[in-house]
This record gives sequence, structure tokens and C-alpha cells, in this order.
Amino acid sequence: MMQWLTPEEWQVVGLSLRVALWATVGSLPVGLAVAWILARKRFWGHALLNGIVHLPLIMPPVVTGYLLLILFGRRGVLGAALADIGIVFAFRWTGAALACAVMGFPLMVRAIRLSIEAVDRRLEAAAGTLGASPLMVFLTVTLPLILPGVVAGAILAFAKAMGEFGATITFVSNIPGETRTLPTAIYTYLNVPGGDAGAIRLTLISIALSLAALLVSEWLARRAARNIGGV
Amino acid sequence: MLDVAINHHQGDFHLQASFTAVAGLTALFGRSGSGKTTLVNVIAGLVKPQQGRVTVDGQTLIDTAAHRFVPPHRRRVGYVFQEGRLFPHLTVRQNLRYGRWFTPAPERRARFDDVVALLGIGGLLDRHPASLSGGEKQRVAIGRALLASPRILLMDEPLAALDDARKAEILPYIERLRDEAGIPIVYVSHAVAEVVRLATTVVMMEGGRVAAAGPAAEVMARLDGLPLTRAEAGALLDAQVREADDGYGLSLIATPAGDLRVPNVGLQVGARLRVQILARDVMIARTPPEGVSALNMLQGRIAEIGEPLGASVVLRLDCFGLPVLAQITRRSLETLNLQVGEAVTAVIKSVTFAGR
Repeated sequence: MMQWLTPEEWQVVGLSLRVALWATVGSLPVGLAVAWILARKRFWGHALLNGIVHLPLIMPPVVTGYLLLILFGRRGVLGAALADIGIVFAFRWTGAALACAVMGFPLMVRAIRLSIEAVDRRLEAAAGTLGASPLMVFLTVTLPLILPGVVAGAILAFAKAMGEFGATITFVSNIPGETRTLPTAIYTYLNVPGGDAGAIRLTLISIALSLAALLVSEWLARRAARNIGGV
Repeated sequence: MLDVAINHHQGDFHLQASFTAVAGLTALFGRSGSGKTTLVNVIAGLVKPQQGRVTVDGQTLIDTAAHRFVPPHRRRVGYVFQEGRLFPHLTVRQNLRYGRWFTPAPERRARFDDVVALLGIGGLLDRHPASLSGGEKQRVAIGRALLASPRILLMDEPLAALDDARKAEILPYIERLRDEAGIPIVYVSHAVAEVVRLATTVVMMEGGRVAAAGPAAEVMARLDGLPLTRAEAGALLDAQVREADDGYGLSLIATPAGDLRVPNVGLQVGARLRVQILARDVMIARTPPEGVSALNMLQGRIAEIGEPLGASVVLRLDCFGLPVLAQITRRSLETLNLQVGEAVTAVIKSVTFAGR
């Protein structure tokens, strides 16, 4: 099995998983918060926030990547400030994770927001009368009820991260061992003579990982639904 | 003790109501849209009134003049909703324990085993709400509210979504709750039968205002513009069993208005019960009649003669301090020349068991 892929290819798979995992885990709390605000709060600028969240879905990925470069590059507005406290995104795997997180964010927020909107708010009011503070209501009632949506959103974001190409290559380039994830590695193979075999191998890996993510999400969603339905 | 006085506009609707609820069950009674639910939502903190005060046991929950508003989760006001609202992701046991978790330790008066026994839900503890019947859900919802050790308990038409069999299943539990829980219960209902059976005190709501308030027997026996139809009007008497069975399948019960014989309700001597005497089941005689089949007669004075409606008119008698209603024809009223203050005999055709 180890011989099936070259050490470089194993590195690509490992890096892809790491990038996708961090992108998902890192964006989950923010995605949850934004989804909650969009679902529950009405305020001036609601439509604007909604638009900004959805931008990466409708803009060309290269544009998103370029904007990230302007903002988080070494000399970028935020990049320079963050570099002072030791956080660097430019041309690092962390940057790839950031790019993937941004690209998957709208998908995650949409899934979570829909599930929050489906929650029966009368249950939350009931929890309040039983003494639960708003935070405890969220943790003990809202969150368990939206868990299937949260899982679905996270898996969508993970799958998106595994396949993200445009924004990643624009923002953090294609550095072996640092930012070369599955899609960029496949792209690199296709640009060298005789790289077809490698491209096929990584493509199969990519399909397998996507399928696995889908199956896990189905399983988790069914489990969560069983808990809620109580059957 | 609960003290409410509020003034609240909601669209075209104007709610202006005040009442006090002490131990026992206070029924907020009135048609749909009379403001009952808004009123309990104000008490629970789910609706913020524009003006008013709500105090429980001397603690102010709302005082708009002082800009004071205690959020719902700090009120310790139990609430049983019409639709139960059990948490679908928790088992019955977890639902029941939910409120306890948030109750300060020294104030956890309600004991799990006692409440479970009181409501007869011991067999349901490991089930999920989705697998419970409507009546079981509502009993669990009552238990969940009680186990948060509330200072008062609000019940918003808890039986409205249930069929008659399920209602009959729950009513005895609410009676026990009223007699044993030791906290004031505010019970919203538009069903006369529930109020007649359960209420200690009745607050009658009409168009956002309190139309009448007082002891159940008094309010339910009023003759003026009530949400009651003629067929529902009647007197409530609280009684005690004096003789369980007279050998004819009848029990002898004592009320302050006099003794009555009622079909054996299976209660022991000394047990308390409540009976209802519908106005249409009462005839009036100037002198105690002889040779009639009716078993029950009460002596009283005519306290009030209501407005005639069609061919009939309802009289309110004062029988040793208790109101008893009688529906007679206008023709009889004239023929017998009945006047307020006169002594008469109420001949009672039927007495209905209304509750414990």
C-alpha cells in the first residue's frame, strides 16, 4: 500500500487532509455565529452581511484568492499586523487553510442557517421559563436540535476544502510540502510529461476521500436525527 | 401570592387587567382573544407590557414605572404550555430534570420521586417525547415545570389539544396538584367544564378586561353578561360526603346550603367533592312541595332576578350564603309573583359531580 503512492504523494494527501480539517474546524465557530445572526437577528446591514458571506460562492475563485493576498499577504493590511504577532498566512499551509475556509464558508453558513430557522422557537421559550439563560438555551436546546445541519455544513465545507483550487493557488501558490494540496498536485502532474499515472492515482484518492466524507456525514446526520426524533 | 396589574397595547388589542392569585387554582376564564394567554405570557416574561407591575411573593418581576424587568429565566415561574413543548432530543427523565439544573440548590423543593408519583409517569422515564401520547406528554410537561420548584405555576389551556378521554385522564392530576403542590396555579381556559371542576378563584376576562373576579361559586353564578351560555349557567357547591351509600345507590353529601342526595360517586365518608347544579335543572316553589319525586330541595331567598331572555329568566337564590341559580319561565315568574327577597324552595332535578 505504501508503495502505491510515492512519498511526495503521501505528503500531498496528508497536507490536504490537514488543510481541510483546519479549514473546517477553524471556520465552524464563526460559521455558527454568523448563521445564528443571519437567522435570528434583523438589523440594518443584514442584507449586506448576507451578501458578503455569499461572495466567495459567486466570485471567481481567483478573485477571492487575490483579495486574500491583498489582505493577508506579507505586506497586506491584515497580514502585516498578524505577522507581528507571529501569525503568517502567505505561502504557508495555514494560508491554504484560510483560503479553503473562506471558499467553504458560504456553504457552511447556508446549511447551519437553514437548520436554525427550522428550530421551534417555542421550545427555546420553554427552556427559558425553566431557568435556562439564553446561552444555556443555545447550548442545551438549540445546538442539539441543529446538530444535523451543523454536521452537514461542516462536511460540505470539508469537501469544498479538499477540492479547492483557484483561491488556494492564487493566494499561497503551489509549494511542494507546504501548499500543494490534491487539486494543485493533480494540476502539476498534468503539466509534466508522463505525469498521467500520478494524476490518476491522486484522482482516485480524491474520489475516495470525497465519498468517505459523504458517507460519514450521512451516518452522523442519521444518528443526530434519531436522537432528535427519539424513535 | 401573585399580584398583576398591567396595561398593554398589541396592535388593535388593548389589555388592561389586574388580579391577585393566592393559594389554590385561579382560572383565567374567557373566550379566545380575550387576552388570557397574553396575560400569562406577561407573568412569565415572554411578553413585555408597556405599563404595569407583576409581583410574586413580594418580589417584583416587572415594574415599568421603575424600569424593572426580570428576564424569564430568573423568574422561577413554571409554565405548562398548550402544546407541551417537551424537548424532543431528551428522554422524559432528562426533560423532567432540565429545570432542576438551573434552580439554586437551596430552593430545590420539588422532589423527583414525589412529582413522578403524583403524575403517574414512572413508567415513561426512559422514553422519548415522540413516543408519548398527548395526555402523557402533558403530564410530563407538568412534571417538568414542577421540578423547577417554581413559585407559581402557569397553565395555558393545557387540555385544549386533547380529546375528552385524555382530558379525563389528566384532570384528577391537576386537582391533586391544586391541593398538594402548595403554590398558586394560574390556569387559562375557555372551557366551562374545566373551570367548574378545578377553579378555586375565577377571573373572567372579556375583551382584554377583567369582567368579574372572585371565588368560583360566586363568579360562575353571576347573571350579568357572562361568556357562559344559558345551558352552562349553574351553581357550584363544595361538599363533604356524610353517608357513602344509603342502600339505594345514593350518597348523602353536606353543603353549606343544605344536604343533597347524589348518585354514589364512590367516595368515602368525609371526602370532599364539588357538585354543580345547572340553572335549568332547578324549579322554584313558593312553599315546600309534597309528593314530588325530586329528592333534593334547598331553602333560600331570591337575591336577584336576571334579564329575561326569550321565554325564560334566571333567578339567583341565596341559600345560606351560597348562590344557587334557577331557570324558570317568564310566565311562572309572573304567575307566582316572585320578588327579590322572598323565601322560596329550590326543587333540584339533578346534581352533577364536578370534581374533587
